[in-house]
Amino acid sequence: MIESKVLPTDYVTKPADLVTSTGRSLRTDEMIINMGPQHPSTHGVLRLEIVVDGEIVVDVIPHIGYLHRCFEKHAEHMTNYQQVIPYADRMDYVASMNNDWGYALAVERLLKIQVPPRVEYIRVIMAELQRIASHLIALGTFGIDMGAFTPFLWCFRDRERILDLFEMTCGARLLYNYIWVGGVSHDLPAKFVERAKDFCAYFKPKIKEFNDLLTYNEIFIKRTANVGVLPRDIGINYACSGPMLRGSGIDWDLRRDDPYGVYNDVEWEVQIGRGEMGTVGDVWDRFIVKVREMEQSVRIIEQALAKIPDGNVQAAIPKRIRPDAGEIYVRTESPRGELGFYIISDGTTSPYRVKARSPAFANLSVIHEIARGCMIADLVAIVGSTDIVLGEVDR
Amino acid sequence: MEQLFQSLAGNPIVVSVLLALPPLIFILLYALVTVYLEMKIAAHMQDRVAYMRTGWHGVLQPVADMLKLIQKEDIIPSSGDKILFILAPYLIFMGTYAGFAAIPFSPAYVGSNVNLGVFYIVAATSIVVVGLLMSGWASNNKWSLLGSMRSAAQLVSYELPTILAILVAVMLTGSLNLQEVIQAQAGGFWNWTVFGGGSVSVVQKIFLLPFTITSFLILFTASLAEVNRTPFDLPEAESELVQGYNTEYSGMKFAIFYLSEYANMFLVSAVATCLFLGGWQSPFGEALNGPFWGVFWLVLKGMGFVVLQIWIRWTLPRLRVDQLMYTSWKVLTPMLFVCIFAVGFILVL
Amino acid sequence: MSPQEIHDNLKAKFGSDVAEAKLDAPQPWIRIEPDKVEGVARFLRDEPVFQFDYLSCLSGVDYNDGRLGVVYHLCSTTLKHSIVLKAICTKEQPHVQTVSAVWGTANWHEREAFDMIGIRFDGHPDLRRILCPDDWEGHPLRKDYKVPEFYDGMRVPY
Repeated sequence: MIESKVLPTDYVTKPADLVTSTGRSLRTDEMIINMGPQHPSTHGVLRLEIVVDGEIVVDVIPHIGYLHRCFEKHAEHMTNYQQVIPYADRMDYVASMNNDWGYALAVERLLKIQVPPRVEYIRVIMAELQRIASHLIALGTFGIDMGAFTPFLWCFRDRERILDLFEMTCGARLLYNYIWVGGVSHDLPAKFVERAKDFCAYFKPKIKEFNDLLTYNEIFIKRTANVGVLPRDIGINYACSGPMLRGSGIDWDLRRDDPYGVYNDVEWEVQIGRGEMGTVGDVWDRFIVKVREMEQSVRIIEQALAKIPDGNVQAAIPKRIRPDAGEIYVRTESPRGELGFYIISDGTTSPYRVKARSPAFANLSVIHEIARGCMIADLVAIVGSTDIVLGEVDR
Repeated sequence: MEQLFQSLAGNPIVVSVLLALPPLIFILLYALVTVYLEMKIAAHMQDRVAYMRTGWHGVLQPVADMLKLIQKEDIIPSSGDKILFILAPYLIFMGTYAGFAAIPFSPAYVGSNVNLGVFYIVAATSIVVVGLLMSGWASNNKWSLLGSMRSAAQLVSYELPTILAILVAVMLTGSLNLQEVIQAQAGGFWNWTVFGGGSVSVVQKIFLLPFTITSFLILFTASLAEVNRTPFDLPEAESELVQGYNTEYSGMKFAIFYLSEYANMFLVSAVATCLFLGGWQSPFGEALNGPFWGVFWLVLKGMGFVVLQIWIRWTLPRLRVDQLMYTSWKVLTPMLFVCIFAVGFILVL
Repeated sequence: MSPQEIHDNLKAKFGSDVAEAKLDAPQPWIRIEPDKVEGVARFLRDEPVFQFDYLSCLSGVDYNDGRLGVVYHLCSTTLKHSIVLKAICTKEQPHVQTVSAVWGTANWHEREAFDMIGIRFDGHPDLRRILCPDDWEGHPLRKDYKVPEFYDGMRVPY
């Protein structure tokens, strides 16, 4: 177990304590700035009210809700459990497959049905492709936050290939509505397996190229190491999850710790931050965890493609889904972390209550703890490294 | 050239105006070319193709951009300081343009052959800081203010390594007049200041080499900071400060900011070229030398550095404010003190 | 630790504050009196045999029979077991003790439950609306919620 250090906030001067020999206080006025809702580096419509003393951030107050689209209210008002899936798509719009799966899995557990093995493999392949696509956006935009523009477009170039795969599977490039309760909407197209294998072969060297350009760049390391350190106890206390929590050195991945799908049938490793460039849980650790997870995802995809069985892609489910009255909380590992769906059924054909526990919501709520005392440029790095998608924060 | 204009026009005021025109025309043409170059280089580094529709491979795009910027509505923040707001971009452009006056484009043409040419350029470009502060303050926008404060701090800090690096070249060539500095580097590229200069013995040259090359690299680094290019583009760090000091500007005023930024890129490159790389001197001794070849060589060398700046910009991330200051005061400046001391010591021996 | 043992332990420590339990459900839950939640939560977090350090989810629920509920999904990152807590209050007295001092993440989740369901969390440091605008009226996820005709002069139903 790796011990985390206390957050180094010592470089914050305490202006109130500094007094000249004539007794004059050296305290300067603090300035309140609104970062967002329209700001290039808040990754959407996040508004951060920041109190700054010069360039040093004294306090951060996040304001969210600008992208609130009433997911839970919509879900309650649907006439059918399946109809919620397009709304789940739109929660985290860069990782729709994972959202679909999370919701579908929750309903399946509520119905107590098992999906055919082919479906499990298709879902794992889709979810891991989506994880790579989502991480590529996270890493690329983080590069922009650091002032490096080129990695961003390299990431998008590679993501485009994944979207092409999705497009040939289900016709859509962003919001798929592909994973349904009891299966997937239709089977993999011809040649998909081949093309996905091509992609894996293409993508592996690209990760190295990306690392050479950005990850191990001296300036980049200087900007990210020892910045925004999230100590492990605070990370757990704020229920951070995903790469954010693993970056702090906590070996916690729901794909392994709360198994679903066929993740146990393939070989892969949980990646954690080790503080290679600075302190455990700094921005660089969170970054490298995402990079290494992409490698692991490629591993998973390759094995799943090799093992995928033939068979049906829809379980035998009734035309109108009508679970028994009851409730279930199912959590899956989305690219951002623990995506939970708490569904209460009252025995009718539509859910009585759906609560979506989004990982970005919890990850963002810790920001005032780790951003205090950093500089404005560091705040941008921290927000970028938490990898929030506002569609998911606000739902 | 001055004599030529003198005989053509006769009136000294007309002569001054005529002498001032070539740099302005050059800046405008150069900006169009560089905007296009930057977009194309950036695009190809990023696996894209950039503009393809306006003319052959989009060559007319900079013209279209310029026309668009001229047509755009000019917005002045109602709560800002109107006079300063309007004045700031022109002041910045003035500082840059004034710097061009002392750049010798060829043996026959220099806008103003002042004896303290190098010193004059450093002084004239410092006006830019005032313009930046004015634009940040007058915008009445906190991001602009932060950006202009950053840029003022940055320019002042990086002025020091720039001047110290210039000092190394001046020590080796023995003049502050840029024409004379260039003439001292005549006779092929091995006589350029970056390789020890033309007036020293071979043994001295060998000892000078590490220090002159270091000074030159530092001058180049500091000039990146002077023109706010990555990795020192903090004043207009898009992801942090929206757009820095020119957030509130639009239309023609924004175009002028843009123009002076690009002009500044060439100015610092030209100064570095004149001081360390022989300015308009041909690299092959007397071959291909002369008034017209001189323009060619200076522009070629200058553009080389502009392209290098573009390359760096699209490769590196940017530094943080404290790291920026650290680089200037604790790395570049002490290294230059060592260089100056060593160069002086070797010259005395 | 099995849900039965957790329940027995809590019962022994808190007695009648542990009001009710359903341990044969797919996800067993234990109901706590709404004004005793924080003590139970702290006990569950700090006791070495429980170590419920991770609050996965906190949801507000309107049961549409005059009762409002708060559901806590807890798990332990070290012992890897989980349990569900519930606190039920009435619509007339929608007060539940806050657990934001126990788990930091509860701060925002409780704000959301307040915003959407209208549960007041006693002792919460910053109980403001989080997703809806500050001047929004009513709590949208209550079952008897009526969408307002106008908000700030803008027509809401479209």
